Amino acid sequence: MDLNMNVNAPHSMGTTIIGVTYNGGVVLGADSRTSTGMYVANRASEKITQLTDNVYVCRSGSAADSQLVSDYVRYFLHQHTIQLGQPATVKVAANLIRLLSYNNKNMLQTGLIVGGWDKYEGGKIYGIPLGGTLVEQPFTIGGSGSSYLYGFFDQAWKEGMTKDEAEQLVVKAVSLAIARDGASGGVVRTVIINSEGVTRNFYPGDKLQLWHDELEPQNSLLDILNAPSPEPMNI
Amino acid sequence: MASKQPENSLLGPEADSQRTLYPNVTGTSVVALKYKDGILMAADMGGSYGSTLRYKNVERMKAIGKHSLLGASGEISDFQEILRYLDDLILYDNMWDDGNSLGPKEVHNYLTRLMYNRRNKFNPLWNSLVLGGIKNGEKYLGTVSMIGVNFEDDHVATGFGNHLARPILRQEWHENLSFEDGVRLLEKCMRVLLYRDRSAINKLQIAKITEEGMTISQPYSLKTYWEFSAFENPTQGAVGSW
Repeated sequence: MDLNMNVNAPHSMGTTIIGVTYNGGVVLGADSRTSTGMYVANRASEKITQLTDNVYVCRSGSAADSQLVSDYVRYFLHQHTIQLGQPATVKVAANLIRLLSYNNKNMLQTGLIVGGWDKYEGGKIYGIPLGGTLVEQPFTIGGSGSSYLYGFFDQAWKEGMTKDEAEQLVVKAVSLAIARDGASGGVVRTVIINSEGVTRNFYPGDKLQLWHDELEPQNSLLDILNAPSPEPMNI
Repeated sequence: MASKQPENSLLGPEADSQRTLYPNVTGTSVVALKYKDGILMAADMGGSYGSTLRYKNVERMKAIGKHSLLGASGEISDFQEILRYLDDLILYDNMWDDGNSLGPKEVHNYLTRLMYNRRNKFNPLWNSLVLGGIKNGEKYLGTVSMIGVNFEDDHVATGFGNHLARPILRQEWHENLSFEDGVRLLEKCMRVLLYRDRSAINKLQIAKITEEGMTISQPYSLKTYWEFSAFENPTQGAVGSW
């Protein structure tokens, strides 16, 4: 085990990020762990970042790279919105992310998921992995924790879900990834975007469903020891 | 977090930012052949991320102008960029409004220059391209690699297709194949690639380009055969072996 934990290692978001469309909008989800080497630098990070009123981006990979790309795109989109005179479309936001990711592919290490709602196309999700490929998909997963979710989504994803079904799917998935990926953890954050606006939700780690080999959290051993003995059975 | 510079580099950090190091999201083989009415081209819809079959809905063949069809394997982001370059090329060509249009031979030449010049700057577009088309009755089928190697032939393939599909095509291709025979021949090649290429997925499209224009089939899957008795009992002839 590495006793000299490298606290000066570049901040990296191990991460699990998810973007899902449903009939009316999109749901974005993420965990909240930022690690530097083996140390958890921030256990309650906000990885779903606002670009415009109607477009958000999920960030994974290098924290610095993803923050800078988001900041530049937010800046460009702000100017674009002023010029256009109406809200920017999700496609434009995704393409700006793509331009920065592609043209700086040798220096950046960040995978992003752009999701939002606009009046022309409705809810849309775009995945922009390492290298700057742009792929529009009904749902997409990213970050180190996503490795554990490919099989889950192959089985659980369905076209035409309701808002609540979609959000429940996202929360369940991030929670499953957190259970197996050391680089993901903390709370599950979701952002729902549709014609009505944006809703941010927060699911703390101790409120999530328990998976295999996980136990109900207790205050203390003493509570278990002092618990009343079970009643004898009457056969 | 691992550094992106190779450890034995003699160059400073500035020089490395301009050379492509490795592809991230890749497409596998493209196979194409000339037939009676034009060109047939096949490619699966997979985008691999290392060994993970990550994207299963990637269209790796696109129409270019009125007369050409481009298929690509390799880095998908570079293919998307090439499509943007070609959009500009075709737009510029249309803006002349002189009744002339770039044919497959011209587009192939443009792509060759593009790929070779990037190779000379040690910053290649990480693709192998197949360019096919027909103009004024003349069929054309060519290929360009990421280092600018280019040639034309009656049938071409990229990647694994070179090793597995070309030998089949050398045996069974002939002048003036019908559409049905051409499709069956391509499917034979794609099935072998599906059996033997780890990055192949069972979801493909076949594109056709003729004097009338370009059509691309809906995505579909091929049946595969596993019921050889030798597959069911591989060690029957030598019990205890593996």
